[in-house]
Amino acid sequence: MDALIEKLKGQIIEQLNLAEVKPEEINPDSPLFGDGLGLDSIDALELIVLLEKHYGIKIEDPKDGKTIFQSLRTMAEYIKANGKS
Amino acid sequence: MNNIISYAHIKNNSVSINGTPVFSSEKNATLPEFLSEAYKSMEISYPKFHKMDLQCKLGFLCTEFALQNTAFISENDLTKTAIVISNSASSLQTDKLHQHSIDDKTNYFPSPAVFVYTLPNISIGELAIRHKVTGENAFFVSKKFDAHLLVNYTELVLHDNASSAICGWVEVDDTAYEAFIFLVETKNNTNKNTIFKPLNQLVVTQIYNQT
Repeated sequence: MDALIEKLKGQIIEQLNLAEVKPEEINPDSPLFGDGLGLDSIDALELIVLLEKHYGIKIEDPKDGKTIFQSLRTMAEYIKANGKS
Repeated sequence: MNNIISYAHIKNNSVSINGTPVFSSEKNATLPEFLSEAYKSMEISYPKFHKMDLQCKLGFLCTEFALQNTAFISENDLTKTAIVISNSASSLQTDKLHQHSIDDKTNYFPSPAVFVYTLPNISIGELAIRHKVTGENAFFVSKKFDAHLLVNYTELVLHDNASSAICGWVEVDDTAYEAFIFLVETKNNTNKNTIFKPLNQLVVTQIYNQT
């Protein structure tokens, strides 16, 4: 799980152009949206693309996103349970 | 009386404010590299900058440089500040980037973050968000820098209900880039660091050709 979280940190920084954020600054349990990383609605769409592109996961119901993208850890757990790679 | 109180010009990997060079990087630096260096030189923290496309980054930085040492943002009613920008290539470079991401149907992952920049007037939106400007705005596409067009339209909005304006040219295409931003006010600004040039076609052409 820890390795996946570290991998996700790098992918999120790259995909979301978080140039001023260092991987070690991302707390796996902090919220991705709002107070945490401060991501916006476009970032949410990018995360959906990231899941599909890198892990073959297609989120069919947008409502699921709220739970999946709660934090880096919830995202990693979802990938572990549903990912193809 | 409409006055130009400051202007900035970015081209050939260098920046000038009111005709004076203030920053440059290696001539062979790519546009993304140059923009990144220019951003760092300003010592500002605006994480959204890194998410912008090249046109927005260029317009953002040129405006930041034009605003340096002025009281334009603090002294003006930003609900009455207009933004009037133009260019030639529209958002073509980002359009191509998006097109490239959907060319291959077997590797079809269009980026929402790229797609949102496939309109030239998004660069106006980025300036409006950055400085909380909510006045009238317009983006024009013309073959080349057209001082007549910019001055005429700016005078029109200043005659109506705007009291200040951020105007200029922000162009990015495959082979060249250039940004030229000038700030206009209808009243005299007391900040001693600002310049005062009357807003007219001749002056705008002169300061555009100056650097």
